Amino acid sequence: MDVAVRPSPLEPGLRRKLFVMMLRIREFEDRVAEGYLRGLTAGSMFHLSVGEEGVGAGAGCAMRNGDVFTTHHRGHGIFLARGADPGRMFAEVFGRREGYCAGKGGSMHIADAKLGHMGANAIVGANIPISLGGGFSMKYLKTGGTSVAFFGDGALNQGVLYESMNMAALWKLPVVFLVVNNQYGMGTRIDRASACLDFVKRAESFGVRGAEVDGMDVEAVYSAAADLYGHSRAGNGPAFLIANCYRFYGHGRKDPSPYRDKAEEAEWKKRDPVEVQKARLIADGLLDAAGADAAVKEVAEEMEAAVQWASRASMPEPGDLWTGVYADDTSSGGRA
Amino acid sequence: MSTMMYRDALRAALLEEMRRDPRVFVIGEEVGRYGGAYAVTKGLFEEFGAERLVDAPISEASTVGLGVGAAITGLRPVVELMYVDFIGLAADQIANQMAKVRYMTGGQVTVPMVLRTQGGTGRSAGAQHSQSLEAWLAHVPGLRVVMPSTPADAKGLLKTAIRSDDPVVFIEHKALYAMKGEVPGGELLVPFGQAAVVRNGNDLTMITYSRMVHYALEAAQKLAADGISAEVIDLRTLNPLDMDTVLASVRRTRRALVLNEAHRTAGFCSELAARVTEELFDVLEAPVSRVAAKDVPVPATLLEKLSIPGPDDVAAEARALVQRRRR
Repeated sequence: MDVAVRPSPLEPGLRRKLFVMMLRIREFEDRVAEGYLRGLTAGSMFHLSVGEEGVGAGAGCAMRNGDVFTTHHRGHGIFLARGADPGRMFAEVFGRREGYCAGKGGSMHIADAKLGHMGANAIVGANIPISLGGGFSMKYLKTGGTSVAFFGDGALNQGVLYESMNMAALWKLPVVFLVVNNQYGMGTRIDRASACLDFVKRAESFGVRGAEVDGMDVEAVYSAAADLYGHSRAGNGPAFLIANCYRFYGHGRKDPSPYRDKAEEAEWKKRDPVEVQKARLIADGLLDAAGADAAVKEVAEEMEAAVQWASRASMPEPGDLWTGVYADDTSSGGRA
Repeated sequence: MSTMMYRDALRAALLEEMRRDPRVFVIGEEVGRYGGAYAVTKGLFEEFGAERLVDAPISEASTVGLGVGAAITGLRPVVELMYVDFIGLAADQIANQMAKVRYMTGGQVTVPMVLRTQGGTGRSAGAQHSQSLEAWLAHVPGLRVVMPSTPADAKGLLKTAIRSDDPVVFIEHKALYAMKGEVPGGELLVPFGQAAVVRNGNDLTMITYSRMVHYALEAAQKLAADGISAEVIDLRTLNPLDMDTVLASVRRTRRALVLNEAHRTAGFCSELAARVTEELFDVLEAPVSRVAAKDVPVPATLLEKLSIPGPDDVAAEARALVQRRRR
C-alpha cells in the first residue's frame, strides 16, 4: 500500500471524515448493486462510482453550504459527500415517492435544491452549461458561492465544455469544471478519444486556471479542490481540475469491462482510495485496525437502515404521472 | 391605449419587467450594444448595462444552458436565440434540460426562463433563417410555446412569460416587427391558454396563430364579399392550447380550416386537425382542411412566396371547404 510520506496539512477530524465518507459511498454503491439483484431498483440504469470515492468525497466535502453543483450520471458519491440522506437516495433509485425526485428522476437525475444539487444529468456534458448558469447567478446575486460541474472524461470532447469555459473566463464567473477522470468513457479509453492528453493545457488556453490531481488520494483531491473553489469564490474566475482515478466496476453493473487490461485493473486497485486513506490514518496514529472495523460496521448499519427505510417507502400513484410537468399542473388537464 | 410597433411593444415588456424585478436579465447574441438583430432590445443596454444585457458569444447551446442554470438558482433569464432556425444548436439544452428539469426532479427544481426567438418568412432570408419550427418545440412536454400576432399580445404575453415559473419558448415573427397596433396602457398581462376570437363568423372557423392570423383575416374579408362568413381564432399560445374556444366555434360552424406557415407535414396544424376530428367528427360537415407551406426548404428570393401560403390561398381553401357537405 502506497502511503504518502509527507505530513498531511489537513485536520485529523477532517481526515477521518474523508475516510468515513468514502466508506459510506462504497457501501451505498454496493447496496444499490445488491438492490438491483433483489429487484428493488427501478430498472438497471445506474452507474456506480466504486473506485472513484476519493474524488466524490474529496471534492464534495471541500464544497461549502451555499455552493451549487451538477453531476454526471455517475454522481451518487458526490451527492452523499454534499450531505444527501442515503435513505432518500435509495428511495429515488428504487423509484419511490419519498425519493429526492419523487421517484421520477431515478439514479441519473437525482437533485435537491436545498443542498445545492442542481441535478445529475444523463446527457454527457449537458450539465456543464447549467453549472455555468449557476456561476452566473452566484456572481449576479453576489452570494460569494461557487458553482461546480462534475463530469467524466467522456465529456472532455463535448463542445459545450469549451463554450462554457470560454464564457466563464470571459465573465470571470465562479465556476469550477471538475473532471472525474476514470480513464474510460463507457468502453473507450481516454487516449482512444483524445489526441491531446494535456487537459490542463486545454483549460489554460481558455484563460481558466487548471490543475491535475491524483484522484486516488482523497486528501490531495480535497486540498486541490478547496484551493480552486477558493480561487473562484474570490472572484478570480473559473478553474478546472482533473482528478485521475479508476472505475473499479464496469460502465453498468452487468459490464465485465472486456475492453480493459486486467493487469491495468489490478494496478489501479492496488491504489484503492479507501485503503490508501485507511493505511495513512493508521500510520499517522489517527486510526487503528479495531477503529477501522468499527467504522466499517457503523457505515454498514447506516446503509442497511437506509435500504430498509427506502424499501418500505411508497410506490408512485398513477396520478403522479401528471404532476410536476408545469408549475400549474391543473392548467394542462392531462394534455398540453 | 397607444399605437405601437410589435418590436416596441416587446421592448416595453422587457423594460417594464426588468424595472420591476432585478432578477430579470437578458442574454443572447447582439442583445446589448447592438440592440438586437431586429432592434427589440435597442436602448436597454443604456439603462441596464452589461450586467443585465449580456452580449453572449456565438455559443447557443451554452447560452441556453446558462439560462437554465441561472433560472434554477434564482434568476429569471430571458435568453434570446436570434433565429428559431438555430434551435438545433441548442436542442439538447432546450428539449432535455430546460423542458424536463422540473419533472425529472419531482417538481422541486423550477426553470423560470424565457427563450425569445423569431421565425417565419418575409425577408428572403433563405432556408436557414426562415423556418417555422414551433412543432418541434410543441412536441416536448414541459415547454410553454407562445406565438403572438399583434403588438398588444406581444407585450402582454411576454410579460406573462417572464413572470411564469415554466420555461417558455416565445416565438416572434420577423415580418411583424414593424407592424403597428393598439396597445392598452397600464399593466398588460395576457394570460396563457386563452385563444382570441378575432373575427366572428358562421360558415367556417379558421384556426391559426402568429402572422397567419393576418392572412386569415385578409382572406375572411375577401370571403365576406362572396357572402361567406368566416370566424378567425388566434391561438396565441400553442402550449397551453385553448381547445375549448376552438371546439366551441367549430361545433357551431361545423367546418374547420387550420393554418400554419410551417411545412404541411407534421406541422402544428396537423395536431389541430387531429384534435378537432377526434372531438367533433360527428358534427363536421367536411374533413378538417389544412393550409400550410410546401414541403420544401424555404427558398430565398422570389421563390419564397411560392412556398408559403398567402391570403388568396387561404380564401381558395376556405371556398372549397364551404362547398363540401356530408351526404
